[in-house]
Amino acid sequence: MSTTDNARVIRGARILGGEPADILVRGGVIAGFDAEAETAARAGTEVIDAHGLFALPGLVDLHTHLREPGREDAETVTSGSKAAAMGGYTAVHAMANTDPVADTAGVVEQVWRLGRDAGYCHVQPVGAVTHNLDGTHLAELGAMADSLADVRVFSDDGKCVSDPLLMRRALEYVKAFGGVVAQHAQEPRLTEHAQMNEGVVSDRLGLTGWPAVAEEAIIARDCLLAEHVGSRLHICHVSTKGSVQILRWAKSRGCDVTAEVTPHHLLLTEELAESYDPIYKVNPPLRTAEDVHALREALAEGTIDCVATDHAPHPVEAKEAEWSNAAMGMLGLETALSVVQHTMVDTGLLDWPALADRMSATPARIGRLPGQGRPLAVGEPANITLYDAGAAREIDPAAMVSKSANTPYGSMTLPGRVVATFLRGVPTVLDGKMQ
Amino acid sequence: MRHLLRAGDLSWDEATLVLDTTRELAQVSDRSVKKLPTLRGRTVVNLFYEDSTRTRTSFELAAKRLSADVINFSAKGSSVSKGEGLKDTALTLQAMGADGVVIRHDSSGAARRLATWIDGSVLNAGDGMHEHPTQALLDAYTMRERLGRLEGLRVAIVGDILHSRVARSNVWLLATLGAEVTLVAPPTLVPVSVSTWPCAVSYDLEAVLPKTDVVMMLRVQAERMQAAFFPTAREYSRRYGLDGDRFALLPDHAIVMHPGPMVRGMEISAEVADSPRSTITEQVANGVSVRMAVLYLLLGGSEPAFGN
Repeated sequence: MSTTDNARVIRGARILGGEPADILVRGGVIAGFDAEAETAARAGTEVIDAHGLFALPGLVDLHTHLREPGREDAETVTSGSKAAAMGGYTAVHAMANTDPVADTAGVVEQVWRLGRDAGYCHVQPVGAVTHNLDGTHLAELGAMADSLADVRVFSDDGKCVSDPLLMRRALEYVKAFGGVVAQHAQEPRLTEHAQMNEGVVSDRLGLTGWPAVAEEAIIARDCLLAEHVGSRLHICHVSTKGSVQILRWAKSRGCDVTAEVTPHHLLLTEELAESYDPIYKVNPPLRTAEDVHALREALAEGTIDCVATDHAPHPVEAKEAEWSNAAMGMLGLETALSVVQHTMVDTGLLDWPALADRMSATPARIGRLPGQGRPLAVGEPANITLYDAGAAREIDPAAMVSKSANTPYGSMTLPGRVVATFLRGVPTVLDGKMQ
Repeated sequence: MRHLLRAGDLSWDEATLVLDTTRELAQVSDRSVKKLPTLRGRTVVNLFYEDSTRTRTSFELAAKRLSADVINFSAKGSSVSKGEGLKDTALTLQAMGADGVVIRHDSSGAARRLATWIDGSVLNAGDGMHEHPTQALLDAYTMRERLGRLEGLRVAIVGDILHSRVARSNVWLLATLGAEVTLVAPPTLVPVSVSTWPCAVSYDLEAVLPKTDVVMMLRVQAERMQAAFFPTAREYSRRYGLDGDRFALLPDHAIVMHPGPMVRGMEISAEVADSPRSTITEQVANGVSVRMAVLYLLLGGSEPAFGN
């Protein structure tokens, strides 16, 4: 019986950091707990020893760049979804800025199918808001929503939908199918040639500044637009203290806005640019310690709803260059949980149930993703991450499962290690190794 | 190996050593045979990604006066124009046995990046908007020669501070050497965090000039007008240009400097540029001596005498 319906007993795992429990997984769902699990174990079901490990709902990423189609030298759907599994994720939202752009039903279905065939996690395509990310014509949002990929999140990520009228129309249009527009908030004129956060460090280094106001002005505008047309808005990778204040204000007015923060914006600051090493070059840029502090508080109180990685793989040559000629972006999937533990849990700002909310339940809800981000309860899909929070590991860029190595945490020691990831009951990672 | 990547990294002792060495080496330029054997057998590469005949020639002359072998590697018409990246160019120069690389690049931090890839000394000859350390050293040398000291000297730097690597190098070097720097520019051409810099800021040139020993005019590109840094070139010139009337506000001993290339009629009038109190051609001559000093100190001994 255990081979045909993929039954396993996960023994002694602390669900959301609580008391040790035994979990019976069968037929892709959680079939029972302690007594049922014990019975199954006695009947010969495979037992996975999880004593000392936390069981978390499989993580969900709202913001992943898988690069396929177009830049398979940096990442593919398969390599990226492996990296996701390695990081404890059971679902990722694949951003639309591929080549060709994911702006038609055909492309989103291709990405969705590649993800399904790879089988390491659920790959949920994000559709582009505008045709070819041109910022001037709406893409066929309805066709993508109606496609097999069932797209609900639309984003021109990497580019801001800066035209206010087009943004208004997009927000209105997606109401027809329960969609959400995920905005990359970056006023283009204020960030022409921008290289890093504008302030003390950029001025000293002679790198063109990227002012906080360029992000904040768009967030304020779009919150007001979303409120006006009664639609749902999501803000990608919030990076400044001012953005947090605007979001807090917008939510208090009843605006239906959600927001994400990346792990790197919770940990790293602009001083890292002093090395001119583009491994720290990212969009939006690393900001100040004051911003980091505000972002952590906002994630704790819920003003920022969730963590999203903005996993952005680049080949070596794109980063081994002068700062201004190097690509923006950093890997995130394989280190996210460790960084969030380090910045939010070990600091006392979040407990484990709240972490699971920010990294699983809430992003799944924002993305309207069925069967993901569900509680670990009987009858729910068996998307489970087993995590050793007591471990510590030195991050080795060369050891990344991702096809790329552009992690900013190289040689840093971070807490925690993903031991196993189960996707609908099937282990994608076991004993810390890809299956 | 050691490098000269930014003037701001130099200590008072190191900067003073360069200036003192410059003074000794300047005497070579006065001889009929302007050559020392110091760097015989050493190879210096001029790696220029931006067109700059003045700076490249100055470095080339400095290296040749010290008997080094000099290779000019310009981005145009080389492997760089075929798409080769800085790292591969660096590895090529390394393989050719370059002892020192003088780099001019339009990206801030390029010299620093280069230094991570090669064993030889890297000499920053201007990187983007970041720094141009030998320019600041030659400016400091010129001031010291003309006015006898740097400590307590009141220096006004006027013009496009925001985009200027010369301003950045000068602000930090002059602060290290004890001068009092005031930046003068329209607010649009001053960095937002300038209050954290070791200098004062003024938007009023005429108020600053009477209390100034050295006024350094920076080139202002008329194209900045397109990006709304100022309304018109004429308005810029009226408010921040150094003409005869403003020149008369300076104390009698004060000198006028310009790193070149000048735009006569924009930031400086012809009568001021050609005045005996203008040090503009002197700066060019001193540039060669300062670059000789830096090459000598970085490459001359078995261990570099300074730098990071």
